[in-house]
Amino acid sequence: MEALLIPITVFLLAGFVGFELITKVPPTLHTPLMSGANAISGITIVGAIIAAGTSNGTAATVLGFVAVVFATINVVGGFLVTDRMLEMFKRDDR
Amino acid sequence: MNETLAGFLYLLAAVAFILGIKRLSSPATARSGNQYASAGMLLAVIVTLLDRSIVGYGAIAAGIIVGGGVGAYLARSVEMTAMPQLVAAFNGFGGGSSALVALAEMSNFTNLPVRTLVTVAISIFIGGLTLSGSFVAFGKLQGIIDGRAISTPGQRVLDPLLAIGALAAAVAIVVSDNAASGWILAALAVVLGVTRTLPIGGADMPVVISFLNSASGVAAAAAGFVIESNALIISGALVGASGLILTNIMVKAMNRTLGAVLFSAFGATGDTALAVGSGDRVARRGSPEDVAVSLAYAKRVVIVPGYGLAVAQAQHTIRELASLLEGRGVEVRYAIHPVAGRMPGHMNVLLAEADVPYDLLYDLEDINPDFPSTDVALVVGANDVVNPLARSDSGSPIYGMPILDVDRSHLVVVVKRSLSPGYAGIDNPLFYQDNTLMLFADAKKGLAEVVSSIKEL
Repeated sequence: MEALLIPITVFLLAGFVGFELITKVPPTLHTPLMSGANAISGITIVGAIIAAGTSNGTAATVLGFVAVVFATINVVGGFLVTDRMLEMFKRDDR
Repeated sequence: MNETLAGFLYLLAAVAFILGIKRLSSPATARSGNQYASAGMLLAVIVTLLDRSIVGYGAIAAGIIVGGGVGAYLARSVEMTAMPQLVAAFNGFGGGSSALVALAEMSNFTNLPVRTLVTVAISIFIGGLTLSGSFVAFGKLQGIIDGRAISTPGQRVLDPLLAIGALAAAVAIVVSDNAASGWILAALAVVLGVTRTLPIGGADMPVVISFLNSASGVAAAAAGFVIESNALIISGALVGASGLILTNIMVKAMNRTLGAVLFSAFGATGDTALAVGSGDRVARRGSPEDVAVSLAYAKRVVIVPGYGLAVAQAQHTIRELASLLEGRGVEVRYAIHPVAGRMPGHMNVLLAEADVPYDLLYDLEDINPDFPSTDVALVVGANDVVNPLARSDSGSPIYGMPILDVDRSHLVVVVKRSLSPGYAGIDNPLFYQDNTLMLFADAKKGLAEVVSSIKEL
């Protein structure tokens, strides 16, 4: 289990960084925050690409393909819709 | 590509995510923050594509084209009112992907080390649960599935059985490393996601979405443990934290606990209602003209929008009303309750869409001290979040819930179809106060009449 120590360390420290950052996001941006964070969780696209590209055998390739489709929907859709929302936020310029 | 270089570039991508979220701390920099994060994602994808272990690009290219097309179409076509269900759907896809990555890993390799198998099991379980749970949430918010809390008597027996089965399958994965147990675990997790989400009422879905968002982050991090990728672990942890914080904010603002939301069927049944009964109290009814006069000759107006405003698609009408008043020298601000809308911050997006500047939107803590010096508080489509019982009646289910103190302003105008109680099923004494004027109308129609009356003044 020693080999797990480093990834667990990274996970915990990143969790604390996330906590510090997100408590500073104002409530007015909570919806874009949620959809943007959701897009970031589409980072599994990295794993999906490797699964789809290195597979030996049809079953694993199909799994990889579907994983890539799902992750790409999550990533592309998530970032685009977040941008669409943030574009609308304007200051009062009077 | 050299492995060290690749590792370094992945780290750079993770840094871009962190900086991206950091820039979300202000609406002025938020858009660039989202661009930072997208750039980080693009970098991560490119580095992955150059990975030397990749033997074929056919499935990858096809997957990216299909997924990118679907994602872009959904993102461009969605109505802003439907944002919660879109986030739920995207979230479901992300969770599903994490589970599939782990399943593919099992099918690709034999003799995986135990520590990898442990994270494979976690990834499959959380990923499968997130997939089905998110789509049930999507269905409820979209109205495809009955929004009420659906629960069956067998639930209390079935769920523990499913959970025990899942645990057994997870143990089987770790001990025997055979692909079949992976599929069994995936199936059980998917079923459990459905049976756990169905009993939760539609009004609680935002909490479920936040929570599953957090879960999808944890699933991504688990997938990162599987393929030994720091980029996945860091991003997953960031998302996990953000989901948890938002969940916490929501349950606090709704006066609930996470446990109560997830494990009891309070949701939309309303059977806990302690209706006080309106008795012989009389609500003062106002005409659109009355409302127009009181608004037009006020100095300070605070608009309190609720989800009813969005349902009636009245955000543009309220913007028109506000501009008209501002033109007459009235100071107009907006008070946003943390759970106004159908997810945290939803109302802010809906008002931004109607070109309401974000610096006129005030949070609960910032606006509450100002109500006593407010001439008119205009409540549109909100009910429980302005119910004074939350402050005064310790027996009320909403007692202790943070509310907007509109009742303390000189005049309260409530635009509402009838005197019916809100989601919590509790009578609202605000409606019968001496300083309250009720405008019984559909939000959009009623406001439009007020607008034309002001124009005639």
